[in-house]
Parts: sequence; structure tokens; C-alpha cells
Amino acid sequence: MQIIFKPLATFGRYMQLMAKVFSRPERIRMYLKQYVKEMQQLGVDSIGIVLMISFFIGAVICIQMKVNIQSPWMPRFTTGYTTREILLLEFSSSIMCLILAGKVGSNIASELGTMRVTQQIDALEIMGVNSASFLILPKIMGLLTMIPVLVTFSMAAGFGGAYAISLAGILTPEDLTYGLQHSFNQWFVWMSIIKSFFFAFIIASVSAFYGYTVEGGSVEVGKASTDSVVHCSMLILFADIFLTQILS
Amino acid sequence: MIEIHSLYKSFEDKDVLKDINACFVEGQTNLIIGQSGSGKTVLMKCIVGLLTPTCGQILYDGRDFVAMGKKEKALIRREMGMIFQSAALFDSMSVLENVMFPLDMFSSMTLRERKKRAQQCLDRVNLTDAGRKYPGEISGGMQKRVAIARAIAMNPKYLFCDEPNSGLDPKTSLVIDALIHDITVEYQMTTIINTHDMNSVMGIGDSILFIKEGREEWKGDKTQVAISTNQALTDFIFASDLLKKARQAFA
Repeated sequence: MQIIFKPLATFGRYMQLMAKVFSRPERIRMYLKQYVKEMQQLGVDSIGIVLMISFFIGAVICIQMKVNIQSPWMPRFTTGYTTREILLLEFSSSIMCLILAGKVGSNIASELGTMRVTQQIDALEIMGVNSASFLILPKIMGLLTMIPVLVTFSMAAGFGGAYAISLAGILTPEDLTYGLQHSFNQWFVWMSIIKSFFFAFIIASVSAFYGYTVEGGSVEVGKASTDSVVHCSMLILFADIFLTQILS
Repeated sequence: MIEIHSLYKSFEDKDVLKDINACFVEGQTNLIIGQSGSGKTVLMKCIVGLLTPTCGQILYDGRDFVAMGKKEKALIRREMGMIFQSAALFDSMSVLENVMFPLDMFSSMTLRERKKRAQQCLDRVNLTDAGRKYPGEISGGMQKRVAIARAIAMNPKYLFCDEPNSGLDPKTSLVIDALIHDITVEYQMTTIINTHDMNSVMGIGDSILFIKEGREEWKGDKTQVAISTNQALTDFIFASDLLKKARQAFA
């Protein structure tokens, strides 16, 4: 029975926390200040890693497509076409969010966990501040605001990586460019962005839940950080199945 | 004034607090003392509302804190200041921002007024030039003083200190004790201090509640504590060899 009740109890506690998070803020000005700070910390500070990973993955996908799919029987634009579809449909939303679950998720969980064990959250509660809302809502809103930017940057950097490979002579830039533009469906970009909103919410809220509810010391903070990454990743992959089915 | 009537607190099957009755008067430093694990921190957490008692009453100037709703509790919390064992300063904020935080959240002052008030509080704890520093850049004693400045920023009626001298050297502890005592008298606050520091007991114990295994064992003040015949209290107070010898010499 433990295997059924434990996840249910955890889900119940998560929902209770979310009810506290989405209650009316005490002072909007302070929330806005936090919101801007979180956009910087969770979004802007992630641009570098998103660009770097996307550039290299774009390049690698392009090489793999060229080496494994291209044949005299296939049109020459196939490499560019498949590279674009992979980047737009899965990499820039799902895989990028899995990477962000590691970077941003562990950051949120360890920050809130440390605040909990050093009694900073208790200090907020004693002052009469709704600590859950004050600390978590700006993180959720900040990441939701920045995720379309990160996804768009990821797409652009992925195409940049593929183009860099074409300049290296593995395939011609003309073939790649034609493939990237061939049968382009604008909806795929929107689909990617819509999916990323769901993933961003999962990353921010689930990581915050694990960090906020830490009990103990530094070992528990480390465990919360790991748990948040594992659970965010699982939920993202799980949600991806449904979202892909619904949005395709 | 804070009154506690028949307070009980249990965790699952374990009774941590049993029938606690106490009265903490304003303008005095009220100490709660006892061994580690005796229930001091649980009592403090019940008083400030971080834990809900199993049963009993906690009256803030006659207002029952346990029975009241969330909104009323939030209003009372704005009359509270608390100094934590670890100071609990916000790492991401400078010292001045830490002290300004409660003002930013709850006061209707302008930015200039808030800064002025926060600086006054820092001046009061002798940290005039520390405003721009971050908590990680200052010593433990200074962090405690910043915590005091933050706690008094909103002119609280009730001040709570959870082992304020923990981790400090004896000399700095005396400074913190004196500061808390002076501020209590100056602002006429109801101050409750959790401690097992004997210097604090002898120095600022205007009123002392000794807890043993979750029960109130002894009540009195600093003048009575050394001459008490309560065996449990005597064992606790004179646990160190130094104090034992001092007592024998005094006798």
C-alpha cells in the first residue's frame, strides 16, 4: 500500500503548497522586484548554456543525419530537413527543458532548501510573509516568461551549429538551407513553445516543492536537489507524450 | 504581556510539552532555560506560531493566538520580531536591505523613510557602516546584531530570541545580551529568550522559566536562581566544573 499512498501523499502536499503559492501577494512591488531577479537568475543566466549545448547538438544532429540518412536515393536537402524537424519538434523544447531541469531545477531546490535549513523561511513566516508565495511564485512566473526566449535561442543556435557544419564542407550550405526551409510548418515552432510552458511550470514548481519542504541539514538539501532533478525529468518526459499527442 | 495556559504539544505519541503555564511581562527579559531536548525550542515555536499546540492557550495581551484565524495571526505577526539561532539573514540581500525588508513588505513609508529607519536600527546596534556589506562578509556577532536591527525595525511589541548567543565568544555574548536587554527596556517590549548560556541567566534573567523534560520545573529570577534548592535546576546551572568550584568557594 505504501507504494500507492506515498506518491498520493506527496502529490497532496504539492497541491497544498501550490494553493499557498497562488494566493494573493502581500505587496506587489516586492513581488515584481523578485520576479525581475528570478528572470535574470533562472532565464538570462541560462542563455549561455542553452546556446552552447544547442549549437553543438545542432552540429552533431546534422553530421549524424548526413552520415546515416543521406544516400544517393535520398534528396540532398534531407539532412537539413530532418535536422530542422528534430530541433523544432523535440530538442529545443523537451531535451532543452530536461537540461534546464538539471541546471535551474537543482538551483531552485538547493536555494530554497538552504533557506529552509538556515531558518530564513521561518524568519519570513514570523514576519507575517506568505513565504511560499513570496519565494516560489516569482520563480514560476520568471521561468515561464523566459522559457520562450530560451527555446527560440535554442532553435537559432541549433541551426547555427548545423550551418557551421555545412561551412566545414560536410554538406553544402545551399543544400542545408534548402532543407531547413523545405515544407516549413510554423505550427511546429508554436508547438515547441507551448510544450515548453508546461515543462517550465514543472521545473519551477516541482523543484520549489522539494526545496521548500526540506527537513534536516545539508545532506537533505543535497537529496532534495537530486530528487527535484529526477522527478522533474520524469514528469517532463511523461508530459511530453501527452502534449505531443494533443498538439500534433 | 504574553500568557501561556495549560500548553501541551505532542509529536505522534511523544509528549514534548506538558502543562506549561507562564506569564512573560513587557519591559523585562524573560528567559526560558533547560537542557537540550527539554522542549525550549518547541515551546518557542508554539508561542510564535511555527508549531500548533496540541491544546492550551497563548494570549498576546489577552488575544488568543491559538484560536484566532489566519488574518488575525498575520496582524499579530507584524508585532513580532525574532532573532534566530543562526541569525537567519537573507543571503542575497545586503545588511541594509535585510533590515529594510520588513519595512518594504509592511510599511507605507517612502523609500527615503525606510532607508532612514533601517539606518537608525543599524546605528542602534552599532553597525553604522555595515549597511552595504552582505551577511557572508560579516562576523557571527555582527550577524546577530543585524538580526536584532531587523527584528526591531517595525517597532515590535514582542521580541523572541532563540539561543542568541549560540556560536559566539563570551565577550560578544555579553554585548548581545546587553543589547537585547537595553532594547527591551527602551521599547518596553515583551522579550522571550531561549538560552542555556549561564552568563545570560545571571546577567539579564529578569524572569526565568526552567523546563525539564517538557514540564515547568522552576520559576524565578536571576537573584533566586543561584540560591535555589531545586535539585534539577542546581544540577543544570552548576553543571560545569568552573561554576561548581565557584559555588563551593562562595559557600
